[in-house]
Amino acid sequence: MASSLLTPGQDQRSATVPAGRHQRPLRERLEPYLLISPTMLLILGLMVIPIVIVIGYSLMDNVVTNPTPKFVGISNYVTILTTPAFWSAAGNTLIFTVGSVVAHMVIGILFALMLNSKTMARVPRAIFRAIYILPWIFTASVVAVLWRLLLDPSGVINYLFTSVGLLHEAVPWLATASTALLAVTVINIWSGYPFFMISLLAGLQGVPTDLYEAARVDGAGFFRQFVSVTLPALKPILYSMALLDLLWTTQQFTLIWATTGGGPLERTEVLSTFTYKLAFNSYQFSMAATSAVIVLAGSLVVAVFYVRRQRKAAQR
Amino acid sequence: MSAFTSSALRRRVRARIGLYFGLTLGAVFAGFPVLWMLSSSFKSNSNIFAYPPKLFDSSFTLAPYLAVLSNPVQIGYFVNSYVVALSVTVVTLFVALITGYVFSRYEFPLKRIINVVIIGVQAVPPITLLIPFFGIMVALKLYNTYQGLIITYVVFTLPYAVIMMTAYFDSLPKEMDEAAKVDGASAQSILWRILVPISVPGMVSVGLYTFMISWNEYLFALTLTQTDDRRTVPVGIQLLMGQNNYLWNEVMAMSILGSIPVLVLFLIFQRYFIGGLAAGAVKA
Repeated sequence: MASSLLTPGQDQRSATVPAGRHQRPLRERLEPYLLISPTMLLILGLMVIPIVIVIGYSLMDNVVTNPTPKFVGISNYVTILTTPAFWSAAGNTLIFTVGSVVAHMVIGILFALMLNSKTMARVPRAIFRAIYILPWIFTASVVAVLWRLLLDPSGVINYLFTSVGLLHEAVPWLATASTALLAVTVINIWSGYPFFMISLLAGLQGVPTDLYEAARVDGAGFFRQFVSVTLPALKPILYSMALLDLLWTTQQFTLIWATTGGGPLERTEVLSTFTYKLAFNSYQFSMAATSAVIVLAGSLVVAVFYVRRQRKAAQR
Repeated sequence: MSAFTSSALRRRVRARIGLYFGLTLGAVFAGFPVLWMLSSSFKSNSNIFAYPPKLFDSSFTLAPYLAVLSNPVQIGYFVNSYVVALSVTVVTLFVALITGYVFSRYEFPLKRIINVVIIGVQAVPPITLLIPFFGIMVALKLYNTYQGLIITYVVFTLPYAVIMMTAYFDSLPKEMDEAAKVDGASAQSILWRILVPISVPGMVSVGLYTFMISWNEYLFALTLTQTDDRRTVPVGIQLLMGQNNYLWNEVMAMSILGSIPVLVLFLIFQRYFIGGLAAGAVKA
């Protein structure tokens, strides 16, 4: 880039800067902006402007399908917030998300603690670690078809449950209204816990061993050590990961779309599938935009907590 | 005294048995579904739901894999996925290097605000962007093109790539490039000649993250493509499922084939994956 080849003295324009003001030449001051302009253009053009567009859509009566949409203010918001289907999707999203995040955390801690156990030799540790990370390799589209196979009425899980007497007859888990939401939550738990586990494992290795020794000298058993040494040390990681997971799980689309499509009887409809259907199945783009903006607002609230948390952590 | 030691020993043995019991239980939860996918991909389709189910039965066959690999449409999905994911990786990496360098080495008035924007946009839900994206891609004539998907994934991966790259550059001593600056080196040559050669680990982490996101993405690939010659593997798997509801063995074979690139990358670059992941989760 030509601008960077010029040293301040060579820059003609630097002579026009009023004397006494210690300002660097314009070119040099503009250089960082020039260099980050591709990133800024991409983010402006395909993140910021689309958000403005989607908010605009939500304030108009039916866009895209209607050539001359009218401004209708917040009436779309009133409509959607009084639609029972929206609240039912919001409720399902909440159950799905809270169930997933809590289970991710519990399983993540449990597996990380077992893998971190001092009594285990290197080779079994590496083998177990590799097995525990496995679900993380597979993308949601693959996870979905795999679990459809496993949970099929004639599938292997129903076989195992009926043969040990847990069930009297096979259950079509994903097609039964009372079990579908539980089933998709279990699938999401399976596919998401390794991310927690890996981060917690890294966190555990950072806990100073003399803290454990001190606790042991004081007569603390395994559980006491966990509560007063391990858990406080992992708290910052746990908090950050829980917020990230909350953000990602509320946005989950593929897993649900590819297992149940929101059914049966809308029992697994979450906000993302609800929004998608409004737009691409019933072409109500304004309603879909309204729902999308509400989802955005919710995500931003979580994000604010997350960024604040990171700030605090960075200052420490 | 001996009673004490033997009870301590017994307790330790019991703890150890408990540990391995727990570990095995966890391994079944984590690994059995994957094992079942693998075994189903080698069965004949009529044996998929054979009663009682067997992990490996007499019908062991490579036919599902051959069926996927001899079907030009399925191969097309793989080609599309590679074209898109590799292009995104190159573009994102290139842009993130420059942007990360600026964030790490320059001070400028709007830096803080821009930084907050870059962190903030990561929280924007994909479903929120999907509706305007559809219109934008149609208007820009990028609907159902490689370029449309590539630019979409570049935008999605760029914020985190920039954050990771900035953190990596921050970890390198500034004295090095300041010395070069005194010697008259330009910003470009400091970046490409001095920083990039010693930033390979950071670049690997960013590249892996970017490739994985692009390879795995489903929602936008589903919505922004229309014909088989532009569709990617995650969409292809679902289509195979929809068309041939009963060809479970082929669906599983295609799922395995579709997961191999990520698996291979993971095996080769494990520590970069985990390092990048952990760093991102803790300090993003």
